Amino acid sequence: MAAENTAPAIELINVSRRFLSPTGKSLTAIRDFTMTVERGEFVAVVGPTGCGKSTTLNLVTGLASPSAGEVRVMGAPVKGIDPRIGFVFQTDALFPWRTVIENVMAGPLFRGKPKAQAQASARDWLARVGLARFEQHYPHQLSGGMRKRVALAQTFINGPEILLMDEPFSALDVQTRVLMHEELLRLWSEAKASVVFVTHDLEEAIALADKVYVLTAGPATVKSVYTIDLPRPRVVAEIRYEQRFIDYSRTIWADLKEEVETSYARAAA
Amino acid sequence: MTDATVNIPTAAFRPGTSDAEIEAAAAKAAAHRRHTVTFWRLGILVVFLALWEIAGRTAWIDPFFYAMPSTIAGRLYEWITEGTSEGPLWYHLYVTMEESVLGFVTGSVAGIIIGVALGRNRMAADIFSIYIKVINSIPRVVLAPIFIMILGLGLASKVALAFVMVFFVVFHNAFQGVREADRAMIANARILGASDWQLTRSVIVPSAMSWIFASLHVSFGFAIIGAIVGEFVGSRYGIGLLINIAKGSFDAAGMYAAIVIVMVVALAAEYLMTMVESRLAKWRPQPLHETQ
Repeated sequence: MAAENTAPAIELINVSRRFLSPTGKSLTAIRDFTMTVERGEFVAVVGPTGCGKSTTLNLVTGLASPSAGEVRVMGAPVKGIDPRIGFVFQTDALFPWRTVIENVMAGPLFRGKPKAQAQASARDWLARVGLARFEQHYPHQLSGGMRKRVALAQTFINGPEILLMDEPFSALDVQTRVLMHEELLRLWSEAKASVVFVTHDLEEAIALADKVYVLTAGPATVKSVYTIDLPRPRVVAEIRYEQRFIDYSRTIWADLKEEVETSYARAAA
Repeated sequence: MTDATVNIPTAAFRPGTSDAEIEAAAAKAAAHRRHTVTFWRLGILVVFLALWEIAGRTAWIDPFFYAMPSTIAGRLYEWITEGTSEGPLWYHLYVTMEESVLGFVTGSVAGIIIGVALGRNRMAADIFSIYIKVINSIPRVVLAPIFIMILGLGLASKVALAFVMVFFVVFHNAFQGVREADRAMIANARILGASDWQLTRSVIVPSAMSWIFASLHVSFGFAIIGAIVGEFVGSRYGIGLLINIAKGSFDAAGMYAAIVIVMVVALAAEYLMTMVESRLAKWRPQPLHETQ
């Protein structure tokens, strides 16, 4: 048991994932993919559009299984959906027929917690994301940023040890996005979860993460890994003007640019 | 309901017009629009009935076949106050409603359950889809004689017919609704910890609900059709029987009167359904302007 506790949060070892297209052709989404996420580490994954970034997350959740290689969570191979994992989606995945508080309560209730306890805990989380006044609203009555806060509360209430985020803020406007970054970093530092944050926005990746994985154009594999040595706590709104941030940005972009161009050329061909 | 908004004509406001003035003007315009709609609705009805009456009285159309609004109203009054030749009107209406409601409830419950079950199970759906297609291709009314032969002249045969009329419509919509359930939402629920049953109950069914409701609106009408057709083919009571008897005695007014009764009932049911739906669907975005 003691040995298991020190195992990395997530390990992907030489993982490949093929799937069948609707016409029955075999397509490779990712190949020979190796990645390690330590406990409490914030990892960002960047890569060209459609290269298979989301597939890596689905492998960790257990919603998809690898065609080859091994995926381990907390040292053990992934079998089915792991209750220690939380997932924030790119699109709106809230239940529109439930009020805000009912949405946040969903996780604990699904997991068999008593209703009163789920409600109390949901109230607490809504207060933490600043939505205490909106308990009884329905998702369509909220702005995009508020809906994302609900999604964060909905995920964090389950106390995930691993947090997977699939371009969670890509649909938000720039100002809201920065606020959400601050919010996320605050929640993360309190929860001490390990995070994999998939994005196509390099600056977002650098501002948030300890490590940035750059993927190749599809089929995706790891091209390079950068350790972002910027002090925490970070002020996302201001960090982008620091020299070291700009240096990171320039270096990683040079690397990423090639892949983006390859991917673009392929799409155009 | 679509999210059609009402275009309230905006007058040109001088600078310095207060919000209250703009709102008052908008409210006035909206009220005016409502009145116009009501006026034309009523006007068209009155003109139609008047033309019918005049055409009948001047023998431009033969009142023996087409009746006249006045004779229809007379017949309705007579049925209501004195009862029909086959006994009290209310009893006939009660029988038809009982058949329709029972057929509607059983048909829609079965349609929802089987639709959701097959929607959730691709294998079963692939196997059974061919049978459903085959059975669905039968025009439902031809089953009426068979049901009456098997189940007799009473309630059961009409309920069975109403059931098959309703079942397929609701089934198709429930099935489609389940298939259209948002993938991200399903993945979200599963990661949040939902079991298969929880997923079905608290994600799949609610998200299929708007599809199901769309089918419930039409299917109560279908249930009435089932009940009445069943009564045509063989029965001792019911509105269908009244129409049949009116036909047998060349009583045009009686036929139209029965149709009016069915119309009123169907409209009332539709109104009720809309009320229930808007209660259940209070989570849905409302259009910005609403008129009654």
